[in-house]
Amino acid sequence: MNKNILWKWGLIVGTTLFFLFGIFGIPKSLSGEGLLNALTDHIHLGLDLKGGTHLILQVQVNDAVNVDAQNAIEVLKDQFRAHKIDYSDISQSDPQNNPDHIVIKGVQPGARGDLVSIVQDRLAEYDITGGPDNSWNMAMKPSMLRDLKSKAVTQAIETIRNRVDALGVSEPTIQEHGLGQYQILVQLPSVDDPERVKDIMQNTAMLEIKQVIGGPYPSEQAALQEKGGIVPVDQMLLPGNTLGGHAEGEQWFFVSRVSAISGKDLRHASPGSDQNGQPDVNFQLTGEGGQRFFSFTSAHVKDSLGVVLDGKVREVATIDEPIRDQVEIRGHMDNQSAKDLAMILNSGALPASIKYLEERTIGPSLGADSIRSGVRAAVIGMVAVLIFMLIYYRGAGVNADVALIMNLIILLGFLGWSTIAGVNVALTLPGIAGVILTVGMGVDSNVLIFERIREELHNGKTPPSAVDQGFSHAWITIVDTHVTTIVSAAILFIFGSGPVKGFATTLTFGLLANLFTAVFVSRAIFEWVLSRKQRGEALSI
Amino acid sequence: MEFFHSVNIDFLGKKWYFLAFSLIFSVAGVFSMLFWHHIPWGVDFRGGTLVYVKFTHKPDVQAVRAELDRAGLHNPKIQPYDQASLNKVLIDLDVRETSEKALDQGKQKIIQALESNAPAGKQDLNNASFLTVKNFLMDKDPMHLGTDADQKYSAQAKAVLDYRDKTLGWVFNSFDQLNGAPGVDPAVAAVLPDGFFLSDFGVFNVEIVGPQVGGQLRTQAGLATLYSLLGMLVYLGFRFEWIYGVAAVITVFHDTLITVGAFSLTNTEISLTVIAAILTLIGYSNNDTIVVFDRIRENIKLMRREKLSEIVNRSINQTLSRTILTAGLTFLTVLALFLFGGEVLRGFSLALVIGILIGTYSSIAIAAPILVAYQDWRIEKGKRPVAMPGRAR
Repeated sequence: MNKNILWKWGLIVGTTLFFLFGIFGIPKSLSGEGLLNALTDHIHLGLDLKGGTHLILQVQVNDAVNVDAQNAIEVLKDQFRAHKIDYSDISQSDPQNNPDHIVIKGVQPGARGDLVSIVQDRLAEYDITGGPDNSWNMAMKPSMLRDLKSKAVTQAIETIRNRVDALGVSEPTIQEHGLGQYQILVQLPSVDDPERVKDIMQNTAMLEIKQVIGGPYPSEQAALQEKGGIVPVDQMLLPGNTLGGHAEGEQWFFVSRVSAISGKDLRHASPGSDQNGQPDVNFQLTGEGGQRFFSFTSAHVKDSLGVVLDGKVREVATIDEPIRDQVEIRGHMDNQSAKDLAMILNSGALPASIKYLEERTIGPSLGADSIRSGVRAAVIGMVAVLIFMLIYYRGAGVNADVALIMNLIILLGFLGWSTIAGVNVALTLPGIAGVILTVGMGVDSNVLIFERIREELHNGKTPPSAVDQGFSHAWITIVDTHVTTIVSAAILFIFGSGPVKGFATTLTFGLLANLFTAVFVSRAIFEWVLSRKQRGEALSI
Repeated sequence: MEFFHSVNIDFLGKKWYFLAFSLIFSVAGVFSMLFWHHIPWGVDFRGGTLVYVKFTHKPDVQAVRAELDRAGLHNPKIQPYDQASLNKVLIDLDVRETSEKALDQGKQKIIQALESNAPAGKQDLNNASFLTVKNFLMDKDPMHLGTDADQKYSAQAKAVLDYRDKTLGWVFNSFDQLNGAPGVDPAVAAVLPDGFFLSDFGVFNVEIVGPQVGGQLRTQAGLATLYSLLGMLVYLGFRFEWIYGVAAVITVFHDTLITVGAFSLTNTEISLTVIAAILTLIGYSNNDTIVVFDRIRENIKLMRREKLSEIVNRSINQTLSRTILTAGLTFLTVLALFLFGGEVLRGFSLALVIGILIGTYSSIAIAAPILVAYQDWRIEKGKRPVAMPGRAR
């Protein structure tokens, strides 16, 4: 046999084996069941085929900025005390939309130099500009603001990952989503009760310790009445949860807007028991946090402190003496909730609260149904095409059929190899449709080539020459059409989500496979057939 | 076997028929989009709550509507889903039922409304999660297990739910069915009725999209389509002359318009996957157009003294065999998808079915005549014909 054809065959067989390995690995047995198991091990299914929960949540990054601003305010107050600078007020001017905007009022012109150097030394991420009437405006530098916000998202992803892992969900997907909107995509296969997971992911939000100024009041209205109907600018009105889950009537408290301690000052939490043997949670503060807490509690002995979790006052206690680094949360917890709370605190409190934007729960039976329908349609479509090619193109139809089958092997093999390589590529329902479409478009290349060959034969060319002409003329068109479709697929991949990404992926893999099979493999078969024919013998096409 | 042997149809001569045909469908579609069904955006784009429910019996839509109304859900869209024998129903709530604070409040209301006869203290086994069943079993310990209780009861809970979902198709009709379930211990089957009741429905799929995401996706879909068209224009302008690019873009625009118009006329929802299908058919239509253009370019070099309209006609006829065959085969596969691919892919496959037919038609009926028309217009104006020599690449 011609040396040329030999190495071509070698390449084809090698490629086939390579991709078959990607699909099946080395199966434990060659029975139907063994092969099926090997297949499902290697080809990852998307959520719409496996069943599970899909959530898109948005990190409220302004929360994180808020915490930073409040810290800054505390630092300013400390420094003013130390440098004996007078001021009438320091507060956030627009806490809702621009939490990093701080206004300092009533500073004497002489203190300007001190003020500016304090900001430059200790609050370097802020810019400070003078305003009217001895007031000063501070705002975070835009690049630092952007940094802080994206760090909040990254941290949130880590925290959520820790929690989801602790829940024992297998193969979750947690990643940033969308373009610049601080959104996170969470996919939890086989999780059929989104409520519990959502609670755990969301409940683990902000831990803060604030000074309790007034309360408890039996209702929101009663509390407002005390203050003449308006909440003072430096305070917040929060509901209480001090009786744990067994709420015996509401309780409302006025707390300071600025927190003494926030989540990032926490070093470690552990469940334990208090002096009465009841379950409680102890947590230790970081060095810097402990320092700040010490100065805060020293300045507020005899005042009340509240532990605020998720915007609810969890516990109120009076400060007997300055506390440096150990805090205890007591009261109305059972062993399980103490453990849960410690776990939640340890996996890192979320730097900002999260809001759910999208929720999909796909039942596993729906997934199984979809697989069945998709595969059925694929098989029917493919068989129809294979049969037609044999009837219409006779001998050459065999080439097309071999090419199409190899297409399928390579396409699935790509998916399998991605799994082996650890890249997250899943087969979704539109992905199965993409396989079907690739069969259709793949056959197009073969038709192009064969029609051209027929035309050349009509024009009187010899079989070898016709084959040659057919392939070379069709090649340009094949490249054009494949490139444009791959570009479309790339755009779909960038802008699409989950199922659509799966479609774009299978389409691209299929087209790449087709470039190889329709041109190289098909031609090799033609050459082999031609090499075995006598001169002048007709070509079966 | 050969279908198209020496065929020679004057396609360009029929261009007025083609134009009329396209106009009729385009106008009908646009009319529907503006005044009748408008563009039927799916939940991905308009936001809202979709709850897919399977009933144990044939559902009485009126009764369901009444129950939901009592729960404060007015004007839900309730329609049968999939084949009638499956007793499936789709409940579609407006986006206003998704609130900022609780995205799933619509879904919760629906489940509560349908479970209206729940006996106190019991959970609905037809909508219970794996953990609910497992924790109940761990509590009651019907099999009197010791240290491996966690593992065994996990397996039991999984067996119960698998039987419910995969074998019975999502709902239990009665507790007796548990007795035949593989992998379920009789003690477990006996104790479940103590803590659970059986409602007459099971929720098998939920899609909730908040308004923010909906708007985002609309923008993304629009951008994706725009970039696709732009990419096409650039690539074709690069490989041929710019007029070819323009002709291709107009053709594709025509295809998209008619397809979306068809969706509007039949009031079929446009979801994200439908957009993917539309982008695919743009690619397919483009492919088809390129094949004809390639042949035109080749023939221009060969038939230097012929009129462009002659060349174009000849090119179309020469590629007719391939065009019809490919369209036919691809249509065959997509038809298989439409008929056998299941309900979830229905919109997707409809877009492809229409798209392939229109895409094939448009390469002959729209793209080619545009080239010739532009050429004729240039000649009339006394300018040099420009569509002739494609750059040799």
